Amino acid sequence: MLTELWNDAAGGFHPASAPDFLPETALKQVQLRRLRAVVSLAYENVALFRTRMEERGLTPDSIQRLEDIQQLPFTVKADLRDTYPFGLFATPMSDVVRLHASSGTTGKPIVVAYTREDVDVWSEVMARTLACCGLHRGDVLQNAFGYGLFTGGLGAHYGAEALGATVVPISGGNSDRQIMLIRDFGVSALCCTPSYFTYLIERAAELGVDLRALPLRAGIFGAEPWTDGMRDHIEAAAGIKAYDIYGLSEIIGPGVASECSAQQGLHIFEDHFYPEIIDPETGEALPDGEEGELVLTTLSKKAMPMIRYRTRDITSLISEPCECGRTIRRMRRIGRRSDDMFIIRGVNVFPSQVEAALLAVEGTLPHYQIILTRDQGLDQMSVEVEVTPEVFSDKIRALEDVRARLAKAIEHILGIRVGLRLVEPRSIARSEGKAKRVIDRRNEGA
Amino acid sequence: MKLQQLSLFLENRPGRLGAPLEAIAKEGINILTLSLADTAQFGILRLIVREWDKAKQVLEDAGWVVNLTEVVAVDVLDRPGGLAEALAVLEGAGLNIEYMYAFSLRRGDKAILIFRFEDPDRAIDVLLEKGLHVVDGDELLSVVSG
Repeated sequence: MLTELWNDAAGGFHPASAPDFLPETALKQVQLRRLRAVVSLAYENVALFRTRMEERGLTPDSIQRLEDIQQLPFTVKADLRDTYPFGLFATPMSDVVRLHASSGTTGKPIVVAYTREDVDVWSEVMARTLACCGLHRGDVLQNAFGYGLFTGGLGAHYGAEALGATVVPISGGNSDRQIMLIRDFGVSALCCTPSYFTYLIERAAELGVDLRALPLRAGIFGAEPWTDGMRDHIEAAAGIKAYDIYGLSEIIGPGVASECSAQQGLHIFEDHFYPEIIDPETGEALPDGEEGELVLTTLSKKAMPMIRYRTRDITSLISEPCECGRTIRRMRRIGRRSDDMFIIRGVNVFPSQVEAALLAVEGTLPHYQIILTRDQGLDQMSVEVEVTPEVFSDKIRALEDVRARLAKAIEHILGIRVGLRLVEPRSIARSEGKAKRVIDRRNEGA
Repeated sequence: MKLQQLSLFLENRPGRLGAPLEAIAKEGINILTLSLADTAQFGILRLIVREWDKAKQVLEDAGWVVNLTEVVAVDVLDRPGGLAEALAVLEGAGLNIEYMYAFSLRRGDKAILIFRFEDPDRAIDVLLEKGLHVVDGDELLSVVSG
């Protein structure tokens, strides 16, 4: 019986997790009902969506079955940028209780909004995420995701409180204090980016703190891609289970999908976020099991519904039953994206942002390459820029000045530190067709 | 009386210096003198050559970014204190030196100083006024290659 699973004592499941175990037919009924409601809401209140529906001769009544979602237009990240800041809101500002923002492609952020009900749904799916990772009342969760405009910190915070766990809202950074509190507060679970945690492992060792000897037993990691090799390292070095969670601000923030004890893919909370896999070239829907781009529709969001949002993340859906007992489908861990965006230290970076900075300093766009590495567990980004006649000088000081101005311009747009190296003309490989702008060496030897 | 100096951007890693020197040697262009300034990441190779316009073309065709700068050559006695005396003159006149390098000749008792001034024309006036010997391109050619 499901009710037996709803026991929130240690080892059981929280009542909020009930939808994770819905029989398929019941789940589909919920999804269809919510899909029809959200399409109506968007059609009636979001001009961009209504126009696109009308162009296709569609009305909310066109949605009679779940499969009818495939007729609906896609939403892409550029739509959020083009309607900045509030153009995709479906409710008046008086119903919006929270705004968040994340980095965009032109320096302008992507803005997302939540009604009271949206915050409740977000708390619920994050509680389900944490329950999926084996957390329950009585756990002490140190939340090292950044608090602020970034959705990670507050998303995890509200979820942990909804679950009934004890939250330590330390936010990111201040590593020595992180380690002190893990030890002194008997922290049993921690959430942050995987690269930051590998740094904490190193720092703890330097401080003579053995994480394996502490009560810490679960790490909940998200906001950037990480490999199985990194997971093995984290689990062995810290004596914990390391769980991968998935989310994005445009959809809700963290809380879209989470691994369970089986660690065989991430359960998508599909009663709130309807997943599809499409061919990124043609836009055609693909069956479960086939690899393609993940497209998500928010089934219950009110302030800013997203219809068929193209995540650019490449994965596949797993519809086979999971050994944990959850019936909601899983997606494989994200390994790559269909565009050239990358995530470094939780920040979304598009090469076009780097280009904008280089262009602003030099006037013309030099050949450049972005190189991502991982040094002592921390992601590092460096940009190699070919020297052009326009900036070259016979004086060392002038070149150092160019180098510093380029680095500063990039750091200003991205908000993270970058290394910048001037290199000889024609030293960066020219490829046929699309230039290879990003060399990701983060997983080499990980 | 000013000399044309070519500057090249080089990455600071093994083997980078040889390629441009080979490229101009292949064209039979003689290097009168050179200097290399470097940081941890990159270097600037500065060259004074017999046919600077031809050398510039050769290097640019081979893909280097080449900068052309006017520098001033002064010869001083190749003995202790020779450089210090020349510098004292320049300092006294408030002339700003961006950088300099020096070399001594195979024959004779002279050393040649190459200066990159902020204002080369004013520098030449001061140098001549103070009785220092400014070496022009033809003269440099003749003293270097004999």
